[in-house]
Order: sequence, then C-alpha cells, then structure tokens
Amino acid sequence: MAGEISKFEEQEIMIPEGKLQMRIAGEGEPLLLLHGELGFPGWMKYHRTLSEQYRVMAPSHPGYDGSDRLDWAMHVSDLAGVYLQVLDDLELSGIKMVGFSMGGWLAAEMAAMDPGKFSKLVLVGPMGVKPEKGEIYDLFLNVATEFLEESFVDPNLVEEYGIIRPDEPSPEQEESWEVAREQSSRLAWKPFMYNPTLPYLLRRLKTLQTLIISGKQDSIVPLDSLRIYNESIPGSSLSLIDQSGHRPEIEKPEDFLKLVTNFLK
Amino acid sequence: MFIGHFTERPYQDPKSGYFGATGKSIKDLTVSNDIYDPILGSDLYNRYLDEKIYAEEMGFDGLMLNEHHSSPFCMGSAVNVEASILARITNRAKIVLLGNVLPIWDDPLWLVEQLATIDMISKGRLVSGWVRGTARESVSHNSPPAYNWERFQEAHDFIIKAWTEPGPFRWEGKHYQYRYVNPWVRPYQKPHPPIMLPGVVSRDSIIWAARQRIPYIMLATQLEPTRQSFEVYKETAIEEGYEAGPQNFGYLWKVHVDETEELAEEVARKFVQGPSNPFNAGNEGTANPALNKLPGMTSRRRTLPTAQVATANRGGQLSRSFEDQVSDHTIISGTPKTVIPKIRHVLEYLRPGSVFFWDGDGAMTHDDQMRSLRLMGEEVLPAVREIADELGLDSPFEVDPKTGKKFDAMESGSADEIAATPGD
Repeated sequence: MAGEISKFEEQEIMIPEGKLQMRIAGEGEPLLLLHGELGFPGWMKYHRTLSEQYRVMAPSHPGYDGSDRLDWAMHVSDLAGVYLQVLDDLELSGIKMVGFSMGGWLAAEMAAMDPGKFSKLVLVGPMGVKPEKGEIYDLFLNVATEFLEESFVDPNLVEEYGIIRPDEPSPEQEESWEVAREQSSRLAWKPFMYNPTLPYLLRRLKTLQTLIISGKQDSIVPLDSLRIYNESIPGSSLSLIDQSGHRPEIEKPEDFLKLVTNFLK
Repeated sequence: MFIGHFTERPYQDPKSGYFGATGKSIKDLTVSNDIYDPILGSDLYNRYLDEKIYAEEMGFDGLMLNEHHSSPFCMGSAVNVEASILARITNRAKIVLLGNVLPIWDDPLWLVEQLATIDMISKGRLVSGWVRGTARESVSHNSPPAYNWERFQEAHDFIIKAWTEPGPFRWEGKHYQYRYVNPWVRPYQKPHPPIMLPGVVSRDSIIWAARQRIPYIMLATQLEPTRQSFEVYKETAIEEGYEAGPQNFGYLWKVHVDETEELAEEVARKFVQGPSNPFNAGNEGTANPALNKLPGMTSRRRTLPTAQVATANRGGQLSRSFEDQVSDHTIISGTPKTVIPKIRHVLEYLRPGSVFFWDGDGAMTHDDQMRSLRLMGEEVLPAVREIADELGLDSPFEVDPKTGKKFDAMESGSADEIAATPGD
C-alpha cells in the first residue's frame, strides 16, 4: 500500500466542530465514496480504477480514522446532514455517490434529505434497512477480524484480502478498527444498523438513478434488506454479484467495476 | 470498620453438565437458559436469602448484593427485588448494593422509586452503589456501551436530584428526559442513602468517585495493583482539597473459615469450581473476545493497574489457580486461628475502612456457608474489629468520607445524614 500513497492527495476539510480527513485523486466529475463501519479500508483497486475516470473524493466520516468525532452526532442521519453541509461549502452539485455497507446507509440518508444534489447513487451491500427475513450480522458481538472473515465467500481467492485483514494486524490497525467500531456503535447501536423510517423517506428519490449492488452470498446484510431498498426507491435496480460476499468491491473488483462504471456513465 | 458479607449467588446445577469441571465447553454468553431448572432456581434464591439472615445474626454490618445479567454465575439480575425482601426480613444490617448498573436503565426514575422503597421498608438501611457494569450487562439490556459513562453520570445526577429536591421538576438531559419528576416515595435517610462505588477497571470511575468523595470498593483484585489504584483516588482527593483515608476505601475478597484446616482447604477449593468460574481448567470455558472489545465500553487507555489483571476474562483472579490465589491472599481460608493473621495482612496492606468477605460461592453448599458464617461470627469478626481499631481503620459510617472527621464528634444521630451528603 505504501507505494500507492502518492496516488491520492490528502486534505483536511474544516467543519464546525473539527476536521474531516479527505482523500482526493483523479480528474473529472466528482465521485463521492463513503466507507463502511470499519472506516477507510485503504486505497484499493476500486479507488484506483475509479480515479482514472472521476475525481474520487474518499473522506473518513467524523469519528473514523483521522476525522474528529462530533459528540452531538448520534445517528447516521446526523452525519448525512454534516456531509450535505460539506458539499454545500464545496459548492458541489449533481454529484455521483457510492456508499459501502454502513456508508451505503449514509448515502441513502443523504439522498433522501436532498435528492436534487445527486445525479447517480450506488448502494453497495447497504445497511440501514431492517430486513423482514433474516437479521443484519451483529458486528458488535464479534471482533473486527471475525467480521471481516465473515464478509467474504472465500478469502483465499481475494487478492486484496491481506490489506484489509492482515494475518497479524498491527497495533495501529487494531486501534483503527476499535475507533471505527466505537463510532459505528455511537450511531447505530439501537436500533442495530437500521433506521425504521428510511424506507418511507426513500420514496422521494423519484428522479435519482440508483443502483443497488450486493454479493449474492452476502452473509452480513440479508438480501431482503436490499429488496426493500429496491422496492422503496422508485426506478432503482438491483444487481447481485455471484461468488461474492458483503464486499464485492474487494472480492470481485472486475465485476463490481464493470457494473459501476457502466452505471455511472 | 464496616464488615459485609457477599456471595454472587451462583446457579449451582451439577446435572446441567456445564458447571463443576464436567468438561462441557462454555463460551461466555453462549449458555442457553433452556437448561434453567425453576425448582432448583427457587431453592437457591431462598437459600441465599436465608444465608443473609444468618450473616446478620452472626454480626455482619452489611449484606452485600451485586447485579449481573444473563449469566449463571450470578443470579442477581433483579437485585432490587432481593434487596426489598432483605429490607423486611432483616433488622439491623445495612443492605449494600454494589451495585445497580446505572447506564442500562432507560428509565432511571424506576431506580429512584425502587431504591427509595427499599430504604423506606428497611427503615434507612440501604447503602446504594453504582456500577457501569460489565459488557455482559450492556449487551443483555441492549444499552449503548459507547454512552455507558455518559449515561452513568447523568443517571447518577438525576437520581440524586430526584431523591433530594422537591418535585415536580423537569429533567431535559442528553440521555434522559422527563417532564414530571415527582416520585411519591422519598428516601428514609436524609438527604439520601449513602453511596459507594465498586469497581475494578476504569480510571475514570475511581477519579469520579474521588471527586464525589464517594467510598470506592475494589472488587476481588490482587493486593499490589489495588493499592496502586487507591493511590489514584488519593491523588485526586488531594487535587480536590481533602485527604482520603480508610473511610474512602473498601475491599472485597474471598474468605472462607471452617472447623479444620483440611476442611477449610477442601471447601475453599470450591471457590474455583462450579458456575462461579466457568473459565477454569476442567470446564474448558472460553472468554468471549467480543465482550472484552465491546465498542466504546471503557476507555482503551484510561484503565487502572487492577484492570491489567482483571480483563483476561470475567476477572483475572478467577482464571488463576487456587494455589496462586491462596499464595497472594486473594483467597484466604483456614480455621479462625490461621485466617485472622492473613486478614490482618490485607488490612495492613490496603488500609480499607470497609471489607466484604466473599464466601459461599462456586460449588460451596449451604452447609459450607453456614459453618463459615458461624465461625466468623464467633471468632473472626470480633478479632477483625479489634485489628481495625488498632490500625485506625474507620468506616465511612464512623468517619465522614467527605471531610475525614469523625461523626461522633458531631451532633448525635446525624451520622447517616452526613454520610449521605453528596460531595458535589
């Protein structure tokens, strides 16, 4: 990973109660990538590929990685409001946005609050909606490494697995996971990883083109959650990637990138 | 010296195959209550209440109860119910709750009312204690661990206000909101029942206790880290402008007394058998690493010296061998003659004004407990009181933990009132 640091530029964006860590790479239309419950995963193949076509903006959410925690923010919708303010300040509109897992939930909240601000929305294995069948995997009752192991169909076949789940995680990596888990628990302990009103609020996304993606063998977020997302967002489509678990962007990057780049065109 | 009796009230069921070195694997939070036997459970609850009655008869000053949830090693999940019964069936001893798990209450007005009711029925014998609970408690009641400390502090402030200030009033806090606080039961003791803070791990908690001038009770930790942790309290006290003494400190540890040395050792070994210790060799228990890493539960950096030996599973001591625990006095057992000098060692080492003898636990039977209680009453407690007098170990009911001044130097009858004054 060290050799690829030069491929993005790191910025600090000031928000009222602290700073936001932002990574920027590439030229062209802005593409906002929102990470999941364990924080920024590292600069992965999908970041590199997408930054060949877009100006990729990959922040760490408040309370994750190098971004300051906002003590007042107790719900995912609070972070959504913060990000909308950031986008206002950056004078960005017509934005394309991809959210992963809990970041998918965050993206959905942002879109529901201000659908006109976005031109395309991709939700990848999004948490945030209570499934009628099955339950969202309890990542707070399992340690980070177990959660990551559970997120893939076959870790042995995943090229970038060692980046996000090192055999022997460094103390810095362990600490980063614990910081992220704590922040995620501040936002989504109860109800666990969903907002009961979100499906109703998503009906407003009438004109926002939305793609929902998941691994067909996702054992973290039940496919039923994605079904409800798909039924709640008018005109959305759902694509499942075979032989992939909860992290298709890492487990099947080619399939994932093909779907996403086609959709974002 | 204030001397209390404690047992965790384990769910002792050898036939379940889980407890008592039977080899059936246990991982914390994975034992289903499907095995719960209501007849056995009923007998055990009544047995533990009977033992408390006898502990009072034998001269104990305090009957201590604790609270854990969803776990066979402690049946005291509804601890206020047990305390309510003790309020009526005992007469003299203080009922010491160490303690109620404040942050897991979504509606702490219930706690205000229940505890005040216990104080009423017992005619002012309640000693309240607050804990943040283990991860198990937060999981069981689905209370957000990252807000555990904030909720602890806010619930405490709310309870004190509801006990002491005339209602109705409003409470618009971060975690608790009420528009009409006016409970129609108020504590017997004025301004409110005395408070103790038991703990093991959190540096924040012991500093908070020192700032509130609330006695801190260390729970079953090794002696040297306990002494070091007490220093944190003492240093905070100096910053706050007062000197902490024995009245500010308490210590709970395992003490069993029996008729012969042989019998004492045989029975004391039961401390590390049975449901009190599902993680010992033989039971093949496993700590649940996710519980140790429950997100945001305690500060990862701000722990106490005692935490290093206590977080391996449910308690560091408990995963140590019987011999190790005996060798450093975290288990004391013997006849009164051999036990008394060992207790003296602990008292000299830690200088606590309150002690709680943890007995009748693990795989110990009712008879084991009753023999020990009798011998304690006949020989040990009087000797311990003499030693404590000699060492100047005053309890928080003799010396005000806020000021370090003796109560009997003040107006007669005001001891409870002064002991109970919060140290804002």
